Amino acid sequence: MEHMGIAPGRLHFSWVSSAESTKFVDVVKEVTEKVKALGPNQQFVKTQAKVA
Amino acid sequence: MLEYRDKIIEISERLLKSCDVEMVIGFRKGSLPMMNEPCFAKSSADVQQLVWDSNCGINLANYLPNRKEKIGIIAKGCDSRNIVTHIIENKIKRDQLVIIGVPCQGMIDKRKITSTFADEIQSVEEKGDKILVTAGGQTTELNKLDVLQQNCSVCTHRNPVIYDELAGDLVQEQTDVDRYADVRAIEAMAPDEKWNYFEELLAPCIRCYACRNACPLCYCPTCFVDEAKPQWVQKGQEAIDIRTFHFLRAYHCAGRCTDCGACERACPVGINMRVFTKKLEKDCYDQFGWEAGLTPDVRPPLDTYRPEDPDDFIR
Repeated sequence: MEHMGIAPGRLHFSWVSSAESTKFVDVVKEVTEKVKALGPNQQFVKTQAKVA
Repeated sequence: MLEYRDKIIEISERLLKSCDVEMVIGFRKGSLPMMNEPCFAKSSADVQQLVWDSNCGINLANYLPNRKEKIGIIAKGCDSRNIVTHIIENKIKRDQLVIIGVPCQGMIDKRKITSTFADEIQSVEEKGDKILVTAGGQTTELNKLDVLQQNCSVCTHRNPVIYDELAGDLVQEQTDVDRYADVRAIEAMAPDEKWNYFEELLAPCIRCYACRNACPLCYCPTCFVDEAKPQWVQKGQEAIDIRTFHFLRAYHCAGRCTDCGACERACPVGINMRVFTKKLEKDCYDQFGWEAGLTPDVRPPLDTYRPEDPDDFIR
């Protein structure tokens, strides 16, 4: 995805077991922080359908 | 390369006569120059139509999935690798096939040739490593090396990897080529540049799906783009839907693509969508040391687990 031009840091991968609740919280916090820092995504956004 | 033809006809005739196969899949001349078409020869009269030259770029492995009969198939290097992939994926059985291997010296790019001439091309002939093009009543001689398809010019598997018969002597493989120069050029771009590069690349796409139909890997009964429930991607001409189609199709070919160039060749508007599949091909090679379709005895990296598999991207 980053090869295609998605901003680095917008895409995250993690492996969290159902028993690792604290890790889940950490991951979610980290991801939201990083993505918020990048700002709103301008790519992969659809423009409204043009009405004639 | 032309001398392969007699040998191909001889082998095909023998196979059909002895009932070892029910048909031989090969090429015959198309109605336009540089447009050979696939030919399913079932009788010795059909066999006489078979040809071999530098316009046989279509990947014949595309016609194999789920066939029940015994088939003779003419296979150059990339076709044979896709046949191996089909065998690994249980799309055809090895004992159904008689593979007539054809050592290949590259196929010519019809777009490169048509773009060099202002007039309509009347005929294209081959003489050794020269291509004689007649356009507007004049004949011009071109070097074959200059008009090769890009993937053929960096090919390192010209000889078929499996075969039962050979139509000619094996050729020297290229060893000093840089296979991934184009991928590295994209990797070096900044994210915005990359985004714009692909935006421009895909702008002419009309979503005819010729690339998918020409691809031997794309044999799903219902392609994800045709599915309505759930609808993975909308069917319109929105740039983002076009992009989704191309990169998802490329992902489906990860670890399977042999860079045969059938997709690019089939494209009516000349998009080089191989830059998607090639990145994945490069990653597979760099991270798993894998090149698709070299042997039917090893499982591909995406359906095996090894403890040393790279996993730095997972936290």
